[in-house]
Amino acid sequence: MNFMTGAELLKLCEENKKTISEIMQERETAVSGMAASEAHDLMLHSFSVMRDAAREAVIHERRSMGGLIGGEARKMDAYLREARPLCGSLLSKAGMYALGVLEVNASMGLIVAAPTAGASGVIPGVLLAMQEEEGYSDEKMVKALFNASAVGYLLMQNATVAGAEGGCQAEVGSASAMAASAAVELRGGSPQQCLDAAGTALSNVMGLVCDPVGGLVEVPCQKRNAMGAANALMCADITLAGIGSLIPFDEVVSAMYQVGRSLPFELRETALGGHAATPTARRLCADCGKCPTV
Amino acid sequence: MKIISAFDVVGPEMIGPSSSHTAGALKIAQLARNLAGSGIVKVRFVLYGSFAKTYHGHGTDKALTAGIMGFSANDKRIREAERLAREAGIEVSFVSDTEDTPIHPNTVDVVMSMENGTSMTVTGISVGGGKAYIVKINGEDISLSGEYCTLFVHQKDSPGVMAHITTAFRDTNLNIAAMRLFRTKKGQDAYSVIESDDMIPEEVVKRIMVNPDIYIAKIITL
Repeated sequence: MNFMTGAELLKLCEENKKTISEIMQERETAVSGMAASEAHDLMLHSFSVMRDAAREAVIHERRSMGGLIGGEARKMDAYLREARPLCGSLLSKAGMYALGVLEVNASMGLIVAAPTAGASGVIPGVLLAMQEEEGYSDEKMVKALFNASAVGYLLMQNATVAGAEGGCQAEVGSASAMAASAAVELRGGSPQQCLDAAGTALSNVMGLVCDPVGGLVEVPCQKRNAMGAANALMCADITLAGIGSLIPFDEVVSAMYQVGRSLPFELRETALGGHAATPTARRLCADCGKCPTV
Repeated sequence: MKIISAFDVVGPEMIGPSSSHTAGALKIAQLARNLAGSGIVKVRFVLYGSFAKTYHGHGTDKALTAGIMGFSANDKRIREAERLAREAGIEVSFVSDTEDTPIHPNTVDVVMSMENGTSMTVTGISVGGGKAYIVKINGEDISLSGEYCTLFVHQKDSPGVMAHITTAFRDTNLNIAAMRLFRTKKGQDAYSVIESDDMIPEEVVKRIMVNPDIYIAKIITL
C-alpha cells in the first residue's frame, strides 16, 4: 500500500471505498512496520502536544528568543472575549491558536513540526478551533492528522516543504493545504474534495516568499501562520460549497515547486530580501547586538 | 531516499523555533557525541553560513550544547543546556566563521576534547525538517545520518579488512541495509559506515575489534 501522487491516492480511496486518512493509516503500517494501534497512539500524542502548545500561549505570555514577538495569543484571546471579531468565533480562534503555537515555538517551547517548525501553527489552529467550536472527538482529530499528513507527504515527495528551497508558499502554503484537506474530511467531504481544497489553498499563496526578519522564525512567520489557518478554512468552505479546482492537485504541487525553485536566493530564508531587507528590519538587527554579524 | 512516514510530515515533536537551526543542530551534536564516545570535557563549535549569522535567535547554541549532553530534540532541558553542561563539567564555546564559504548554509564543526587528552573534529550539516548529516570526521569526507542503526568503523586501509567486517555481520546473522567506505590515501586511514535494518548488537563490535587493523568500531543510535 503506497502512493506517489494525489491521483494515485484518489484511486486507492475509490477502489477501497476509504477516506484519505484511512488510506494514510494503512500506508503507515505498511511502510513503517508500526502496528496500527501504535501509529494511532503516536498521532494522538502529536495532537496532545499541539493542543498544549496552542493553549500554553493563551495562558502565559511568552517572549521569543529573538525578542520580536510575544503575547499575541493573549491579546487575541482578550479581543475575542471583549469584542465581536469580524471573522467570527471559529476563524478568530484558529488565528489565535496559530499565533500562539508560533509564540511557543519562538520561545523554545515544545511543538510538533507540521510540516515544519516555521509552519507549526497552521494545523493546530484549524483543528483546535474546529474541535472547540464543533465538538469533534480526539479520535476525529487523529483522523484529521493522518489526512493532513497524506497531503504533506505528497508535497514532500513531489515538491518541498522547506522555506530555504521553496519559500513560504512551501512551508505555510503546505501546512495550509494539509489543514484544508483535513477540515474537508472532518466535515464529511470526499477524498476528491480534500485534494481540491488542498490545491486551492496552495494556489492562493503561490509565490509567497520566505523573508524572516533577522533570519528568525518570528516576523512575518507568526502572522503568516494565522493567514495559513484562515486560508485553509476558507478553501474548505469553498470546496464544500461544491466549487471545484480547475487545476488538479498534482499539477498545483508541481507548479508550486517550479515557482519555489525560480524564487531568487534572497527570498528563500536567507534574510536578504523582502521584510528582512527593510530599513526597520536592518536597524533592529544592527541594534540587537546578539549575533556576531548579520 | 528513506520512505517518508506520516510522522516525518506531522513531526518531529521538537523544541522550537527551527527544525533546521534547532532540531537539526541538536542532531549533529548528538551524532558527534556518539562518535566521540564518553569523556568529552571541552567542545568548541565553529559555526558557518546561516548558523553563524542567526544562531542566537534560533537557540542553535543551546541545541548544540543539548546534543552534546545527549538530550533529544523534544527535551525541555534544551533551554538550560548551557548551565547543565557547565554543571556536568563540560566547557562549551562558540565561534562564528563568516569569512569562509560553507559546504552547506547550515554547517558546524564540532571540535571535541576528551578527558584522556585526545580530540575529534566532526563536521555536520543540517538540511531541513530536523534532518542532518555528518559530512567530515577529522577533516576526512564521510556521510552518516544516524537514521538507521549505524556501525561506524575507523580502520587501516588494508586488504581483507572489509571482508572481516562483513563476516562479523554474517556471523551474527545481521542484514546490511547500506555500506560505504571512505578513504583519502591508499594504505592509510579509512572509515566504514554500515547501516542495518536491525539493532546492531555489541557482539558485532567485539568480533570486529579482534582485527588489529581496526582502530575504532562504534554503534551509532539516536
